[in-house]
This record gives sequence, C-alpha cells and structure tokens, in this order.
Amino acid sequence: MRKTWLTAVLVVVGILFLSFTLSAQQPKTIKIGAVYPLTGNIASTGLDCKRGVELAVDIINGKYDLNLPLAKEEGLPNLGGAKLEILYADTKGDPKNGMSEAERLVSQEKVVAMIGAYQSAVTKTASQATERLKIPYVCSDSSSPTLTERDFKYFFRVSPHDGTFARDQFMFLKDLEKKTKQKVSTIAVLYENTEFGSNVGKEVNKDAKEFGYKIVADISYAANATDVTSEVGRLIKAKPDVLMHASYITDAILFTKTFKEMNFTPKGLMTFAGYIEPGYLPAVKGDGNYIVVRSTFALDLAKNKPLVAKVNELFKQKYQMDMSENAARSFTAPFVLADAINRAKSTDPEQIVKALRATDIPGDQVIYPWKGVKFDPKTQQNIYARGILVQILDQQYMTVWPFDAAAKEVVWPFPAWKARK
Amino acid sequence: MQQIVNGLLIGFMYSLIAIGLTLIWGVMNIVNFAHGDFLMVGMFTSFWLYTLYGLDPLFSIPICTALLFVMGILIYRFIVSKVMSGPMLAQLVVTFGVSIFISNLAVYFWTPDFRQITNPLLSGTWEVAGILLSIPKFVASIGSVITSLAVFLFLKKTRTGKAVLATEMDREAALLMGINTDRINSLSFGIGAALVGIAGAFLSTYYYIYPQVGGTFGLIAFSIVALGGFGSIEGAFIAGILVGLVQTLGGYFFDPSYKYAIVFMIYLITVWIRPQGLLGW
Repeated sequence: MRKTWLTAVLVVVGILFLSFTLSAQQPKTIKIGAVYPLTGNIASTGLDCKRGVELAVDIINGKYDLNLPLAKEEGLPNLGGAKLEILYADTKGDPKNGMSEAERLVSQEKVVAMIGAYQSAVTKTASQATERLKIPYVCSDSSSPTLTERDFKYFFRVSPHDGTFARDQFMFLKDLEKKTKQKVSTIAVLYENTEFGSNVGKEVNKDAKEFGYKIVADISYAANATDVTSEVGRLIKAKPDVLMHASYITDAILFTKTFKEMNFTPKGLMTFAGYIEPGYLPAVKGDGNYIVVRSTFALDLAKNKPLVAKVNELFKQKYQMDMSENAARSFTAPFVLADAINRAKSTDPEQIVKALRATDIPGDQVIYPWKGVKFDPKTQQNIYARGILVQILDQQYMTVWPFDAAAKEVVWPFPAWKARK
Repeated sequence: MQQIVNGLLIGFMYSLIAIGLTLIWGVMNIVNFAHGDFLMVGMFTSFWLYTLYGLDPLFSIPICTALLFVMGILIYRFIVSKVMSGPMLAQLVVTFGVSIFISNLAVYFWTPDFRQITNPLLSGTWEVAGILLSIPKFVASIGSVITSLAVFLFLKKTRTGKAVLATEMDREAALLMGINTDRINSLSFGIGAALVGIAGAFLSTYYYIYPQVGGTFGLIAFSIVALGGFGSIEGAFIAGILVGLVQTLGGYFFDPSYKYAIVFMIYLITVWIRPQGLLGW
C-alpha cells in the first residue's frame, strides 16, 4: 500500500516537473481564440469571417511573397518560427455564448489572445470576459462605436467603426451635392434595434444635425421580423430624400423585397453592413442594384493596390470564390496580433498588449486604402481606419466614393423600381 | 388601408402554419417544436424542385404536401410514438431534439446560405384602387383559406375527421369507442406536417429560404395556437389573422420595434381573461 502511494506521488511530481520544463521552453504553436457565429441565423457570415482568418493564418505560418506583415518568413521569427494556431468557438450569434466561449477558450484552452465575434453585441460581452481575464482582444470586424469607448486596457480595434462610417455617408452626400448640383435635404434613418443598429441610429442623428440635414423619420425594428410592411409604410409616409439603413442580412433581404413590393423610391438608398454580406446579392439578385453600401474593402481597389489582387487570388485558390468584405475585414486581425506577438518576443499577454500599443503597420501592408494601423493611446481604435462607399451596379459592388479612388461613377438618383427591366 | 391589407396577407400565412401545429398539439398533447423546421423543409423542397427541375412552387405544392405528410408519419412512428408512454418531460424534449437535428442537417447539406426562388410564375404587384397588393402573397392567402377550410370540413364531415376530433376531446373514451388512437395520432402528425408543407411552398414564392427560417415562424405559430386555444382549428385561424393585423397596424401607428411586444401583450391579456384561449374549451 505504502509503495503504491510512493509511486503515485513520484509520478505526479514527475509530471509537474516535466510540464514546468516544457512550459519554460518557447512554445511551438501560439494559441489564439476566435469567436464567431458558426451556426444560427448569421452562420453564413461567421463562416465567411472564418475564411478570412484562415487565409491570414496560412500566410503568417507559411512563406509567401506578399507585402504583408510576417508573410515572407515561416511563423514568427522572434519566437523561433512558432506558428499560430486558431481555436474557433461558436457563439451562435448570442452574446451569452460569446462571453462563455471566450471564458472557456482562455481558462481551458489557454489561448493568449482573442479575435473575432463580428456582431458588436457579442464582441461586447466576449471582450468583457477577456478584459477581466487580462487577455488581449484584437477586433477587426465589429463596428459599434461604443466598443472602443469603454476605456478597456486589453481591447483593440483595427477596422473603422460606425461613427466613421456614418460620417463617410454624410461626407459623400456633401461631395455629391457639390459634384452633381442635386439637392438632398431630408433623411430617414432605419435601424435594427440591437447594439449595432441603435448605435448607427444615434450616430446618424448626431451627424445629420452637424451636416445640416433634416431627419424626417427615425425607425427601429427587430432584426428577426417576418414582415416589415408597417416599417416601409411609415417610410413612404415620411417621403425622405435619402434612406440610411443599418441592418443585418436577413432583414436587408426582407426590406429590399418589401421596398420593391411597396414601390418605395427615395433618391438614395444608403446602407450599412447587411447589404454587403455575400449572401445578400445571390438572394435578391438585380433588386439590389443601385443601393449604396459602406465598406472597407472592394475588389476593384486592386486598381490602385496590386496587393488586393494577389490576396484575392490566394483566397480564390483556397475557397473557389472571391474575397468578400467580411472575409477581408477579419483577415487583418491575425496580422496585427502576430506582428505584436513577434515584437513582444513572448506570449505573455501583458507583453503582447504592450507591443500592440506600439503597433505601427504602414499603409502598403494592409489591403485597404488606409495609411496603416496605429492605435489611439486612449481608445485603442486604429486612427488610420476609414471606410469607402460602394454601389451595387450590375450585381457587383463597385467603389464609388471617395471620388478619387472610385472605379465607377455613382448612379444618382436611385432609379424607380418600375423603370427597371 | 394598405396596412390592413398587408396585415391580412401575413395573417393568413400565420394561420396556415399555426393550424398544423394546433392539430398536433390538440390530438396528442405534445408540443411539436420541430414545426418551424418542417416549414423549412417544405420551403427547401419547393426551392430544389424549382432550381433542379424548373418546377414552379405553385405546382410543387402537391409534392411538398405528400413529402411532408410521409415525413411527419415517419417521425411519429419512429421517434415520437416511442416516447408517448414515457414521462411528460421526454415527450416535451423529443420534438426539440428533432428540431435541432433537422435544422443542423439542413445546414450540413445545404449550407447556411440564403436562397430565393428568383422568377416564380407568381410575382409582381397589383395596384387595386391605390392599394398595392403583392401577387404571391395574395395567392398564398387564398391558398391558406382554401386549405384551412378543407381541414375544417375534413374534421367535421368525414368519419376519420370525426375520429380525430374524438381523440382530441377524450383519448380514453375514443379508445373505448373502438378508435385506433395510435393510427389517429400518426395521421394527425402527418396532416400537421403536410399543412406546414403547403405553407412552405407558398412562402417560398416570396420569402428567402435558409436553414433557420423556421425559428421565427415557429415561435409566432406557438403564440397563435395559444391565443386561439390549444387544439382549436378555428381559433388558430382567427388568431393568425389577428396577430398579422396587430403586428402590422401596431408597427405602423406605434413604434415598429414594439410590434412583437404588442402582439404578445394582446396574447397575455387574452390568457388573463380567458386562459383557455379565444376559442379553446
């Protein structure tokens, strides 16, 4: 009996010793958690984001002749060529799951950093978990402005937020009025009523005042509605020059159909998020034409930026489809994170955060028309992030603003439904 | 006026979905959580028939109906009937499992993408006296009324229908009267599924299709059934229209973000005054 006890103690001590020596060495892989909605209502979006992350990890871990951070070496050179390993977790699009999955990834899987979530409401709770557990979170796919207004120490955002996007829309309107001498005076704002939509609503209301436009209707709705005829009825009654609509994908499809059915024709249909999902155009086909969407990315940016075409080529090889805006947005977070870990020369979360704060990636190493990536010391929002506007023309997203980066001339006003073939 | 028409159009659709649910609920006293997923299967059937064979949704209705009928019976025979004698909780949970199974199977086979039937025979809008009337929705409403009427007549006039009603009222007594209640159970499960198959085919002419599409419709169907009275066909029909109207008019005159809140408030008030639902007994 005594002997078995002794062996047991010896074995335990041995294992402990072994694990200590192992952990003291440089890890071969660096574990990073990624939370995305992989099933549920917006699973198609989550999978799309995941593709972007996967390609980015391929490029970081492998050897590619691309002007992207860490593309030319295998793995992270400062950590002995250590590779990134992404552990995906399914949020099902639910903030509760986002939080619990983030906690699980940190406490059980021992990830050293977190990316993802896509839906702002989920990013919010997931990043609360990582903040509490003192793990860095780099987000490049959620756009609610409040995310970077929380004074979090461990949360960084690479992509522009809805405040930027909303301003872009208004700057476009001003530019347009100057360019085409057409007058725009009234705006209706329509938004889904969770974190993302209501913040866009707030920003649009704020900016409208500043830019001198009149809000004639302010309508929020539930994104999982099965019928939106009453919302569109109210819009028709308000007769706005321009409609600004913040939606997810299912409601974007439903609204497009209802706009057509009830013949709602403002001069301009300017939209956020849902209208640029890869599932949107295949579902509505030609009915999506002439809608303007905010974006960070469009394939025609390749005209001024050959890197975009090269990355898209790789994406196509891997997935037999073009890179969408979502994939392109999620694509960036792994690079920013890998760059920071490499500079930190450590997987210690505190060191990574320190390195993240010193991030300065030049503009030619990102696939967007930005000056680069550099975080504001207070909010930790990328100060160079900006949006573009694309318009759906012949069922393709074409960059129409800023006018100097445009691939096509913007079609304005929005042609009447009945006048189309 | 436009809003009343819109409310009626969506209301008829809700009715059709809810009738199938209330039938299963009334006869077997089990909650079919997979009802929304049956709807999804109906929509996908109609979508694939259109995409692969060019069959318009209008003509695929019989196929959807037959397929869902068989599916309903099979699910009853091999899954639901096994737990009918088991504990209450097992009966409650089994269809929930079926629901998760079906919708995940759909994600696996058909991917979570959004699909749509692009050029069905029924499309476009009529303008009648200044009111816009969506043709597919209008035809679907007519279809819904006809189907509901047919179910109603079937239950009241035929021998089998009367047997279904008898089972619904008192299972033991029906059994004593020589009614094969197990067969009736299986039949009503089949009919319930077939009805939602019809709804799916109609809905596919104007709604987008994806594996989780059943979720919202299923939830609304539950509240309609409860509002109309458990197991009451007429109740479900009227409650469906009521919910459609309340939702549309409430959204128009108050705030659209509260439209479902208004629907559920009416439901709460109803069960407060009449716990058995509008036409329940």
